[in-house]
Order: sequence, then structure tokens, then C-alpha cells
Amino acid sequence: MLRIVNLSVEVDGKRILKNVNLYIKKGETFALFGPNGSGKSTLLNAIIGNPAYKIVGGRIIFKKTDITELPTNERVKLGIGMTFQSPPKIGGVKLIDILKHCAKLSGREEMILKLAEKLKMREHLNRSLNLGFSGGEVKRSEILQLMLMNPDFVLLDEPDSGVDLENIAIVGQAISELLERDKDDREKAGIMITHQGHILDYVSADYGVILYNGMIACLGDPKDILNQIRKNGYEGCLAKCLKDMI
Amino acid sequence: MSEGYDLEKDKLREIGIEFDPLKRSGTFLQRDQEVSTVATFYGGVEVMSIRDAMKKYDWVQDYFWKLVNREQDEFTKEADAEDVNGYFIRAPPNVKVEIPVEACLYLHRVKKQKVHNIIIAEENSELNIITGCTSHPAAIGLHIGISEFFVKKNAKLTFTMIHSWHNKIEVRPRSGALIEENGTFISNYILMNPVKIVQMYPTAYVNRNARVIFSNVIVALDGSTVDSGSRAFLREEGAIAEIISRTISKGGKVITRGQIIGESGGVKGHLECKGLILSENGEIIAIPELIAKRPNLELSHEAAIGKIAEEEIFYLMSRGMSRDEAVSAIVRGFMEVEVKGLPEILKIAIDKAIEEMRDAL
Ligand SMILES: Nc1ncnc2c1ncn2[C@@H]1O[C@H](COP(=O)(O)OP(=O)(O)OP(=O)(O)O)[C@@H](O)[C@H]1O
Ligand SMILES: [Mg+2]
Repeated sequence: MLRIVNLSVEVDGKRILKNVNLYIKKGETFALFGPNGSGKSTLLNAIIGNPAYKIVGGRIIFKKTDITELPTNERVKLGIGMTFQSPPKIGGVKLIDILKHCAKLSGREEMILKLAEKLKMREHLNRSLNLGFSGGEVKRSEILQLMLMNPDFVLLDEPDSGVDLENIAIVGQAISELLERDKDDREKAGIMITHQGHILDYVSADYGVILYNGMIACLGDPKDILNQIRKNGYEGCLAKCLKDMI
Repeated sequence: MSEGYDLEKDKLREIGIEFDPLKRSGTFLQRDQEVSTVATFYGGVEVMSIRDAMKKYDWVQDYFWKLVNREQDEFTKEADAEDVNGYFIRAPPNVKVEIPVEACLYLHRVKKQKVHNIIIAEENSELNIITGCTSHPAAIGLHIGISEFFVKKNAKLTFTMIHSWHNKIEVRPRSGALIEENGTFISNYILMNPVKIVQMYPTAYVNRNARVIFSNVIVALDGSTVDSGSRAFLREEGAIAEIISRTISKGGKVITRGQIIGESGGVKGHLECKGLILSENGEIIAIPELIAKRPNLELSHEAAIGKIAEEEIFYLMSRGMSRDEAVSAIVRGFMEVEVKGLPEILKIAIDKAIEEMRDAL
């Protein structure tokens, strides 16, 4: 579904991603790991088309279309959707107004209230986006927006960071649904960034990948990789990956 | 005839004038110097022309030029004339009416429209007023509006002024407000249509434990010059002032002023001006001033002028909006000022007015 070829990305004139290659098929979910500043968010932002992240080399192919030059809203119409690590606060723009736009993409207009209820965001509908939202509320609002967009390809930037144990179950279940993890014959695919990996208790992933220093460094079973990182740190995990390859 | 009438009605609706007894507690319409409609739909509130008020009550005279200096400038002098008209709106003691009174000043044929308004919220009363000022599309002229607001002890007055002029009109409001102990005065000002020049600097005198809130939403289109400020004298302990402005330049020039003078200890004031420049040739000048004359008081201001953040546009585009839709959502959000204590019915009226005019942007 998504093919990333030799992708290099610059932010503020600084090269962050170096020749990244990734191929994700329909039905697959990737868990993306990596230390702070390694370029995980940069990769997802490049895929959704954030103009602050400049693609200086390589291509992004989605559903057989080269989307490298497409504006963000066109990519979204093709079926890509993203939850952000730290979305902006926008004064006067109400959550409900944004949700209506999200729902328009998928025809899920009637589901707005039901899903808002499910993600415990009913009370926030008439508030300005993210103004005064708690950390967990920001994350739930992001997931809610995506649930209403119902994209085919789901990009999740740390959906579990700062979310308490009770809410992580709600968020996890929503993501599972988004990615159709309970179905055998899945139409959806996606990439999910996580540090602690708590979300993996609720959302199964097919592969784990480590992004290190702007490069893809490891690919394998997500739980194995997470355990290696926990035990030996990123460096140790990379060393083991390298050894396994030889 | 009927076409002209419809045009006028549409124009009035744009500035919040409904002529609907369900939505308004009283109505007042002045065309040029003549008052053509006066009605009160709700017992208690008094709405009449200032000329009639002077005939009815001999004390009305005493309220003239109390808060605005008649010698202040050529415009105040000009308004100090025999043929002046305007409205007199008064809530008697203990009368509380949430449904707003509407008042409209319409400049049609005269070169100079001169208006003198007296607004009184007596002790423990509550009064809401929507006033719309507008002109005939072909009118050329000068509007001078003197307004004096008297908010007595424990009273609350919310005054919303919506301007919708045309580019050959010069507008010189001169306003003063006295807010007595525990009183509240909320003044909202909205300008979103073209105008040649608007220049004003309403001033509030705030007594013990009283509060004033000025909130202004101003859009200056190409060829418009808007010089608008709000001033508050915090005269006694516990006085509070809040001045909020949102200005947008779409090619016009805006000077947004604010001045809070702390004359007593234990007062508090905050000034916030935010500006957005949406056009290459626009200009916004923000001049916030804080003057403290006593040690133990709290005055602050924040001013920020900029363009729309790309990050916000991108975010909304990632939710399926086009670039244009994203920009207009952000601009519209920018103009939404949260004024605490604004009655719901007024909020709806203001939102509606902004909505109507926004489409013309
Ligand atoms: N908008 C930006 N402006 C300047 N530098 C940026 C910007 N976005 C990212 N960077 C830089 O790019 C590098 C990679 O950042 P990125 O956000 O992709 O890291 P990350 O892997 O997501 O880290 P984290 O786990 O902390 O979220 C960092 O050094 C960061 O400072
Ligand atoms: Mg990140």
C-alpha cells in the first residue's frame, strides 16, 4: 500500500532522514521505535506532507500513486490520516467544527456524537481545539478525529504517551478498530510510533522497526525488538540485529 | 420603494437590527436627524429620542456632557448643536432585562449626522443594548456620535456596537462611561465593512469594585483607516479593566490603542491586542499603554501581530480542509473573542452579525 524509496528529508536545512526505504502492505501494522530525535515524527510528517519537512530525495508511493509532491489535503483524500505527537492549539476553532470536516471524508457524519462519547470527548466538542486540553485529552481528540476520517493508511505518532492506564484501553481499542486488527481480511495498514510500547498490549503489530540516526536500523518482531530495547538499550538492540543479519 | 425598503432591512439585519418583539425588548431607529421608529416591547425599559427625553424629564439635561468634554475637539463642538438627536435608553432601578434593546443610526442623505445618546442603568438594574450604525450605499458624509453611559451601583450594562459603513463615510464616535460601585460595563465593538475613517477612544471611569470590559473586533479593508482605542481610569480600590482587541488588516490601516490608568491601589487591568495581517499592503499599529500612579496595583498587557501560522493551516489540511478553508476557519476563530458574562442571546446576535459580514470579506 505504501512504498517509501530512498527518502531523504531536511528540517530547517538539516538532514534528518537519510535514504529511508520502507514497504508496507495492505493489512500490515508497523510499530516504529527509536530514541528521541532519531527522526520518527519526521518520517510520518513527510508521509502526510507537512511542508515544514522538506523532501530532498526519494519518492513516496501510495496506492500506486506518486504522492511526493501532493499537498496534504490531497493525500488525505487518497486515504492517509495521521494523529500528531503535539498538535497545535487553535483559538476559536472548535473541535466539533474540525470533526465535521473529518467525518465528511468518510461519510461518518452520524457517528460524531457516538464516537465522541466513546473517546470521552463529548464535553470538549464546543471548546477551542486543544486550548486547555490535558495531555490525555489531546491524544483522545487526535484519535477521535482519525476515527471519523477512517483512513486506509493510519499514521500514529505516540498515541500512548501521557495517557493513563484506564484511557490507554480506550485509545488502544479505538486504534485496533482503525487498523482492523480483529479482522482476518484487513483493508487497513499503518505505522505507530511508541516509546514504552504499552499500546502494543492493546494493538497487535506485525513488524517492529527501529529508526536510528535518521536511518532504518532494525526490522523484526515488534515484541522481540521492544524486549531487546528494554534489556540492552537501542545500541544493544542494534548490535544484536546486526549480528543476526550476518 | 419596496426595493429600497428591502435593501434597508437587509442592511439593518446585518448590524443586528431585527424589529422583532420576541428578540428585542425595545427598538429605536434614527434616519439622518429624524427618529422614525421607537417602541418598547417590555415594560420597564425606557427607549425614546433624546429630544423627547428632555421634554419628559427635566433632569436629563444634567446628564449632558458629563463624561465627554464638549470642548474636546471640532467634532464634539459640532455635535453641541440645536438639531442634535439620538437615543435615551434607561433601565429603572432593580429592572433586569436580558433581551436587548436595539438602536439604529442610519446615515442617508445628510452630510453630517449628529447624535447624542444618553444611556442609564440605574442601581441594581441590568440592561443590554445592541446598536447598529450604518449608511446608505450612496451616502457621503460624517457621523458624529456622542454617547454617555451611566452605570449606577450594582448595575450591569452590556453595550454592543456594530458598524457597517461605506467607503465614503467618516465616523467620529466620542464616548464616556461612568461605572459606579460594583457596577459592570461590557462594551463590544465590531467593524467588518469598508469605511473611510473611524476614529475613537471611548473612556471608562471605574469606581470601587466596578469592572469594565472593552472588546473590539476590527477588520480594516483596503482604503479604510481605523484608529480605535479604549481607555480605563481605575479610580478606586477593586476596580478592574479588561481591554481585548482582535484586529485584522486586509489592506487597510489599523491603529489599535489601549490605555489603562491605575489611579488607586488594589486595582487590576489587563490589555490584550492581537493582530493579523492578511494582505501585503495592510498595516497594524498596536499602542498599548499602562500608567500606574500607585505602588500596589496590577497592570499588564500582551500584544502580538503576525500572520497565520503555517503549522495551523497544515494541521487543518490534514483533516481534509483545502488551504482556503483552513485559512478562513483560523481567521474566523481569531475573531471569536470570549467575553465573560456576555448574555447568551447577545452572543448569538453577535455571532450572527459576524457571520453575515464575514461572507463579504
Ligand atoms: N520543526 C522543526 N524545526 C526544527 N527542528 C526540527 C523540527 N522538527 C524536527 N526537528 C529536528 O529533527 C530531529 C528529529 O526530530 P523528530 O521529531 O523526527 O524526532 P523523533 O524521533 O520523533 O523524536 P521524539 O521521540 O522525541 O518524538 C530532531 O533533532 C529535531 O530537533
Ligand atoms: Mg516524535
